[in-house]
Amino acid sequence: MAVLKKASAGKRGDKIRSDCFVEIESANKGGVKTSVVSKVDSMYGQSINDLLIAMCDFFELKHASIIVEDYGALPFTLAARFEAAYKKLKPEDTKEFLPSFHKNNHKGTSRDRLRRSRLYLPGNESKFFPNAGLHKPDAVILDLEDSVAPSEKESARYLVRNALRAVNFYNAERMVRINQMPMGLDDLKFVIPHNVNVVLIPKCESAMTIKDVEEEINIIKAEHNISNEIYLMPIIESALGVVKSYEIASASDKICALTIGLEDYTADLGVERTLEGKESIYARSTVVNAAKAAGVQAIDSVFSDVNDMEGLRASVMEAKSLGFEGKGCIHPRQVQVVHEAFAPTEKEIEKAKKIVLAFEEAERKGIGVVSLGSKMIDAPVVKRAQHTIELASLNKLLDKNWKRE
Amino acid sequence: MKLIKNAASRFVPDVVNGEKQIPFKGVGKFKPENKFASHKIYSCADYPSDGNKVETNLKTALKKAGLKDGMTISTHHHLRNGDIVTNYLFDVIHSMGVKNIRWFPSASFPCHEHLIKYLEDGTIHHIEGSMNGPLGKFTSEGKMKGVGVLRSHGGRYQSVQDGEVHIDIAVIAAPASDQFGNANGVQGKSACGGLGFALADAEYADKVIVVTDNLVPFPCVPWQIQGNNVDYVIEVESLGDPAKIVSGTTEITKSPDRLLVAEYIAKFLDEAGIIKDGFSFQAGAGGTSLAFIPFIKEIMKRKGVKASFARGGSSKYLVEMLEEGLINYILDGQTFDLDGVRSMKDNPKHVMTSPFTSYNYHGKGNFASIVDAAILGATEVDLYFNANVVSHSDGYLLHGIGGWQNCLFSKCTILAVPSFRDRIPVIVDDVTTLCGPGELIDVIVTERGIAINPRRTDLLDAVKKSSLPIRPLKEIQKEVYEICGGAPTKPNVDKNKVVAVVKWVDGTVLDSVYKIM
Repeated sequence: MAVLKKASAGKRGDKIRSDCFVEIESANKGGVKTSVVSKVDSMYGQSINDLLIAMCDFFELKHASIIVEDYGALPFTLAARFEAAYKKLKPEDTKEFLPSFHKNNHKGTSRDRLRRSRLYLPGNESKFFPNAGLHKPDAVILDLEDSVAPSEKESARYLVRNALRAVNFYNAERMVRINQMPMGLDDLKFVIPHNVNVVLIPKCESAMTIKDVEEEINIIKAEHNISNEIYLMPIIESALGVVKSYEIASASDKICALTIGLEDYTADLGVERTLEGKESIYARSTVVNAAKAAGVQAIDSVFSDVNDMEGLRASVMEAKSLGFEGKGCIHPRQVQVVHEAFAPTEKEIEKAKKIVLAFEEAERKGIGVVSLGSKMIDAPVVKRAQHTIELASLNKLLDKNWKRE
Repeated sequence: MKLIKNAASRFVPDVVNGEKQIPFKGVGKFKPENKFASHKIYSCADYPSDGNKVETNLKTALKKAGLKDGMTISTHHHLRNGDIVTNYLFDVIHSMGVKNIRWFPSASFPCHEHLIKYLEDGTIHHIEGSMNGPLGKFTSEGKMKGVGVLRSHGGRYQSVQDGEVHIDIAVIAAPASDQFGNANGVQGKSACGGLGFALADAEYADKVIVVTDNLVPFPCVPWQIQGNNVDYVIEVESLGDPAKIVSGTTEITKSPDRLLVAEYIAKFLDEAGIIKDGFSFQAGAGGTSLAFIPFIKEIMKRKGVKASFARGGSSKYLVEMLEEGLINYILDGQTFDLDGVRSMKDNPKHVMTSPFTSYNYHGKGNFASIVDAAILGATEVDLYFNANVVSHSDGYLLHGIGGWQNCLFSKCTILAVPSFRDRIPVIVDDVTTLCGPGELIDVIVTERGIAINPRRTDLLDAVKKSSLPIRPLKEIQKEVYEICGGAPTKPNVDKNKVVAVVKWVDGTVLDSVYKIM
C-alpha cells in the first residue's frame, strides 16, 4: 500500500456549522506548521491551537503542515477530525487521543429500562449531539450505519467514540447502531471501551450474527478490562429476519429488546410502506410475539413524517395496542408525542393502582397469593401494573405520593 | 473625544460627531429640561392649491428641497430587504455631487450594502440608525468617517422630537399615495403594512418627499402619512422586490431547540400566572418570538382565556388568533407577511401603531410598559442579566436595536436565547456591548433551563413548585463553558477608537462600540 503524504477529514463549506475540516500533510523536516481559519478565532483561537499542539505531541507528529477550517466545532469534534485525518496517514498507529469522560457517561443501564423513545443521531453530524438529551428521549442512538455516507464511515467512528465519552446526553441511555457485518465488528472497537449502554445490530437474519457480535464484545471487554453490562438490540429488517425473529431474540442473554426496521423490510417485500401499515402487520406482530416469547422488549420502527404529529400519535397508539413498548424517533420533537401516546389511560392507572396496593398488602401480610376481589393476580400482571404506575408518574399523570391518598 | 464612565460602568465618549453627549444616568434617572423641537410655520399659500405636489423626478425634488453638503437625510425600513428606494436615493445624491450626508434610517438591511461605496467616497459621512450585516462590518473595522449612532425605534422618535437629530429631508417610500402626499403601506404591489416608523420624519423634517409606485386618486385612505406634512410626491416604477418586502407566509422555525425554548416560555407564562383573561403580550416574526405563539394559543384555548391585545410584529399566526377571537386587538408596529397586510387593511381591530404610541420614552406614557409579557432575543447576556443585541462576541456590529430596548419595559421581559451558538457561549462574563440594563430583564430562557432575575422574587415564588428546569444563570453558564472548552476570550479591539455608540431610550449614551484590531 502506498504511504499517503496528505490526508483530510471533516467538513468544509459555507453551510457547515459546528464542525471543521482538518488536513494534515506530513513532512520530513520543518517542524509543525499550523494554519487555522476559524469562525470563533477571537474567542477560542488559542484553545484551538493548544489542542492541535497537544495532539501533535501525543501522536509524536514532528514535521507536518496542518490546515484547519473551523466553523465553530466543539473540542470533541475538532479532536475527532484531527485524529481521523491523522489515522489515514498512519493507520498503523494504535494510540488513541481520548477526551475525558463526562461524569454522566459513567452511568450504566439495566436490561428492563424504559425504552419508549430512542432518538436517532447521524453519527457524522456532531452538531446534533450536545442538545439531543435535552429533549428527554429515553435513549439516543449514535448511528454509524445508514445515516453515514460510505466515504465518512471511518471519520464518524472517531466522532461517535469521542461523543460517547465527552458529550453529556443527560439521562438518555447511550446506544450505538453499528454497521452490517462484517464492518459492524470493526465498529465495536470504537464503542465498547467507551461505556456504550446498548449496541444496535442492523439487518439481523440469524442467531449467528448476534453470537459473533457478542464474542467480539467479550474480547474487547477483556482487553480493556471492563465489566459494565452492554446490551444488544437486534433490528429485524427483512422477510428472513422476521421468520428468524425468535431465534434472534433468544440468541443471547444480553439482548434487551428486539426492534423492527420497516423501511428496509417493505423494500425487501417489494411493497410501498403505507401510513396505514397493513403490509407490515404480520412482521410487526411476529416481532412482538418473538420478543415476548424471549422475555425482551418489543420496540417499533420509526415514523418518518416529522411534520405529522397527529399521524405519529396514532401510529404509537397502534404500536402500543400491538404490544410494542417503544418507538424510534428521527426528530427531537417526536419524543414528547411518543411519550404521551405510550402513557397509560386513566382507567389503566386506576386498575394498576389497585393491583400494586393489593400486592403490597399481600407482601406485608406474608401471603403468597395476590388477589383483588375474588380474582387471583399472577406475577406478570403485578409487574405490568408496576410498569403502568412508573409510566403514569413519568408522564405526570400520577403524584409520586399516590399511595398516601 | 474623551471617554467617561457612565452609571452602567461603561466608558462612553462625551462628544460624538461634534455634538455634546449625556452619559447614561440610570433607568428613569435622566429628566431633560429643554423643550421639544419645532420647525418654522408653513403656509398653504406656498403650496399648489389644487393639491398636486407631483414632481418629475427625485433629483428635481431634492434640488427644490435645498439639498446640500452635511444634511441629514432620513429613510424608513418598511420595505425591509426588498428596498431599492434608499439605494436609488443615494445614487441621485451622489450624482449631484453632494457630500457628508448624515443618513438617518429607521433600520438598515443587507440590501443596503450598495451604500458602502458612498460611505467610502464621502457621500455619506456616517449612519445613525442600525448597522446590519455588511454595513456593520464596515463600521466595526473603523472605515466609516463619522461615529455611528445606534438607537431603538422609540429612541429614534425621541431623538427627533427632542431636537437631538434634526432631519433636513425625509424620503418616505410609500406603497400608495395620492398627489397631495396622503400615503399608506397597505395598498399596491409593494404593500408592506403600516408606515409607523416614518411618522417622526413626516412630522419633524424640514422637507418631506413621498416616493410611490402606486399613485392613486385623492383621497388615499387610510392616510397613515398625512399629505399636510408632505412637500413633494415622486412616482417611480417600483419601490423594490415585493418578495423581499414581505414574505408570502411566515414559517415557524423547525429547529427542535428553538421550539423547546418556545415551549418553555409558554409553560412558564402559564405557570407564573401571566396567561389569564385580558392579558397582553408582544410577539415578533423571527425565531422563538414567533414560535411561542402556537404554544400559548393552545394554552389559551385549553384555559378558555382571551388576550386583550397583542403587540406585533404581526404575522399570519397572530392574525389567526385575532380572527379566531383569542386576541381582541393587534397593535402592529411592523407587518411581516401578506396575511398581516391583508388583516391591517381589512380588520379595524388590527391597528397600526408608531414608535410614538408604542415606544417613545419622552411622552406621557407609552404602550410598551402596559404589556404583560415581551419575548425578545439577544446575542449575549451576562450574569447580572445585562444584555447585548447589536454586536456579537467577536466584536462586530451585526444587528440594530429595533424596538428591543423599548420592549424591556414590559411587566415580564423574557429573553429567548440559545445557551450557545456553534461554539459561542451566549451567557458570558461581560457583554461585548451593553444594550439593555439587567434590572429590566426578568427571565432568560434557554434550551438548558430557565433563569429568573433574582430581583423578581414574585416570579421565583410563582414557579417554585414548577417542574420546569428553573436554574441559576451561573449554573447554565458553567455547563456551557464546559461544553465549549472554557470561557471565551474577548475580541481584540482598540479601546481608544469608538466606531459607534449605543443610545439608551432617553437619549443618553449607554455604551461604545470599538474598532476591531
